[in-house]
Amino acid sequence: MHEDTYPWPHKDLLDVTGLSRRDVFRLLDSARSFHEINRRPVKKVPTLKGKTVVLFFAEPSTRTRVSFDTAGKRLSADTFALGKSGSSQLKGETLKDTALTLQAMNPDVIVIRDSSSGAAQFLAERLRCPVVNAGDGCHAHPTQALLDAYALRDAWHDKFEGKTLVILGDSAHGRVARSNVHLLTSLGVRVRLCGPRTLLPPGVEKWPVEVFSRVEDAVQDADAVMCLRLQLERQQAGLLPDLRDYSARYCLTPARLALARPGARVLHPGPLNRGLEISSELADSSASLILDQVAAGVAVRMAVLYLYATRSDAAVGAGEPA
Amino acid sequence: MMILRNARYLGEPYDLLVRDGRVAAFGPAGSLDIPSDAETVDAAGHRLFPSLIDAHVHLREPGFEWKEDVASGLAAAAHGGVGRVLCMANTDPVNDEASVTRHILDAAARSHPHGPCAYPVAAATVGLKGQELAPLGELAAAGCVAVSNDGVPLANTEIVRRVMEYASDLGLILIDHCEDPGLARATHMNEGCLSGMMGVKGQPDVAETIQAGRDILLAEYLGLPVHIAHVSCRRTLDILAWGKARGVRVSAETCPHYLLLDESALEGYNSNAKINPPLRTPDDVDAMRAAVKSGLIDIVVTDHAPHAAHEKEHPLDQAPNGITGLDTALTLMWSLIAAGILDEADLMRLYAWKPAEIFGLPVNRFRPGDPADFCLFDPEREWVVRPESLYSKSANSPWLGKTLRGRVSAHWMGGVKIV
Repeated sequence: MHEDTYPWPHKDLLDVTGLSRRDVFRLLDSARSFHEINRRPVKKVPTLKGKTVVLFFAEPSTRTRVSFDTAGKRLSADTFALGKSGSSQLKGETLKDTALTLQAMNPDVIVIRDSSSGAAQFLAERLRCPVVNAGDGCHAHPTQALLDAYALRDAWHDKFEGKTLVILGDSAHGRVARSNVHLLTSLGVRVRLCGPRTLLPPGVEKWPVEVFSRVEDAVQDADAVMCLRLQLERQQAGLLPDLRDYSARYCLTPARLALARPGARVLHPGPLNRGLEISSELADSSASLILDQVAAGVAVRMAVLYLYATRSDAAVGAGEPA
Repeated sequence: MMILRNARYLGEPYDLLVRDGRVAAFGPAGSLDIPSDAETVDAAGHRLFPSLIDAHVHLREPGFEWKEDVASGLAAAAHGGVGRVLCMANTDPVNDEASVTRHILDAAARSHPHGPCAYPVAAATVGLKGQELAPLGELAAAGCVAVSNDGVPLANTEIVRRVMEYASDLGLILIDHCEDPGLARATHMNEGCLSGMMGVKGQPDVAETIQAGRDILLAEYLGLPVHIAHVSCRRTLDILAWGKARGVRVSAETCPHYLLLDESALEGYNSNAKINPPLRTPDDVDAMRAAVKSGLIDIVVTDHAPHAAHEKEHPLDQAPNGITGLDTALTLMWSLIAAGILDEADLMRLYAWKPAEIFGLPVNRFRPGDPADFCLFDPEREWVVRPESLYSKSANSPWLGKTLRGRVSAHWMGGVKIV
């Protein structure tokens, strides 16, 4: 594989919208070479030895945090995880002060997960070190979209053009849906959103997607269906009557998937509500890419950490005395 | 005695003679008989406006003096061309008892004995809780000139009715902040395509329109007046036009920012553009501009809402609503005149004469005997909006860091120079 090696032009990874097509393929190609490391008996390379990655997760998250942590450790970076319960934010410290404190420790990358949309940008505007968004409120989750693209690229044998993906579920509150719509449509995938109107984002009619309210219509001729996790608090917020009603209308079942193109694949960002948004047998079936997504997540995050943690090395090195 | 010479008024040079704090004579330059002992002020190159009346500001005193106090808020008013302000009741304690009203009036008289003047607005309900009527008689007697639950929209229509009825006996009008509490709960910007893209919970414009419609229907049913606060969108203008066409005694206000900015000011999660009601779409801005020109919207106000920098420096969903406006009041309105959207006569109607009529306040129409409240405005002066150039204690303005054109260069109230 030929690797593109231009200087990485972005200080931060806040959203996929800032990435050019060339940037996206560089990340995906780089992730492919890192993926190979993950299959070795000794899964560690010294690439980021001496670099520090702070994982600042102000919102509960296990899988994304562990994925970034694994990615950093396999590249030999030192990783430090800071959660809300262990942070001073619970003691009234503001996001700004927590961030400045972290920066004073001179990390090479700060990975942030926060419940406020725009929190990653808020940090990026105030910090010198690269900020990687691991999910900000209902806004963006760029590494999730990249790993989904990675998994689909493998499943579709490097072909995105002309493929059809259905994103099924809560796209109003889903940062995964937003980032995937941006990224996959830019790669030529036809994206359909399907869900009850109460869970569709306002202004969706202006998005580059088709919108469906019936799963049976949405999955016709689809090449893949991505089920989104239903946050149980949406029902309490009055956006849904009850979960049984939702599951009857929107749960992806083998019968519904059968309306899609033969060989259609199923994705889910996890964690799963089995029987609510995806049937248990589909999740465990050969159509499922769910575990491939997890593996792709580590590889994509290795590529991200590598590009962002090393982007300024050349410039710094050039200024150092010989 | 003072003579102001060659001030530009509605495009022509005028002279203004002031005696004993009042307008003695006003006429084309050179047309007045000038007593030899009059002090002369040369106003060539400056525009002359009456002191503006701003019927919707938050002075934050008592209780939130780190954001603003009466003294600093009125200083900002003076430099923004504003001579009289109606200050809202959402202080701490709330202005729901006469001692708070008197505190505000005393603080104003102490810090600005010649003006600008503060006119407290009575809380409509005790503690602004929307449940029991505040003692409006006592508050009116102490000096409140209007009634409002501003900041905490009234959910209970029965309460709105009783406030309108009780206040009308006292000659007070209800200024209603219209916002359906359910539709507006935990929202941070306008609901629409942009809020959907940014992943921010938006407030639909219809949340404003529903309550404005309720108020107009109630006002018609009761035969009483009502004033709709800070109208922000086309949909509310439509219902307002409907009410006015039916002869309902409804008046309405908007703010310079709804005439100059749209929701795109929030891009990048700029908390200094976060206000309530939120900035709307470019189409709404067009409709608002037409409505101030036509008089469908009666008056312009700032909704001056200072917050300290550390309170605004948060992710958007954690920052409070509100922007400052008094320092920039006349400057921003001038930008609409410079752009040909309004003329100087519109400005005086919207920002001095009409608010004086609605709230029964003194105003300078440049007729003999009127209070000598006027300011000179230098339309060429450029200045940068930053904490040091503002008289307000707070700088939470969407124009922070921007260069603006035109500023008040002098201001008199009752014939006394206050700027």
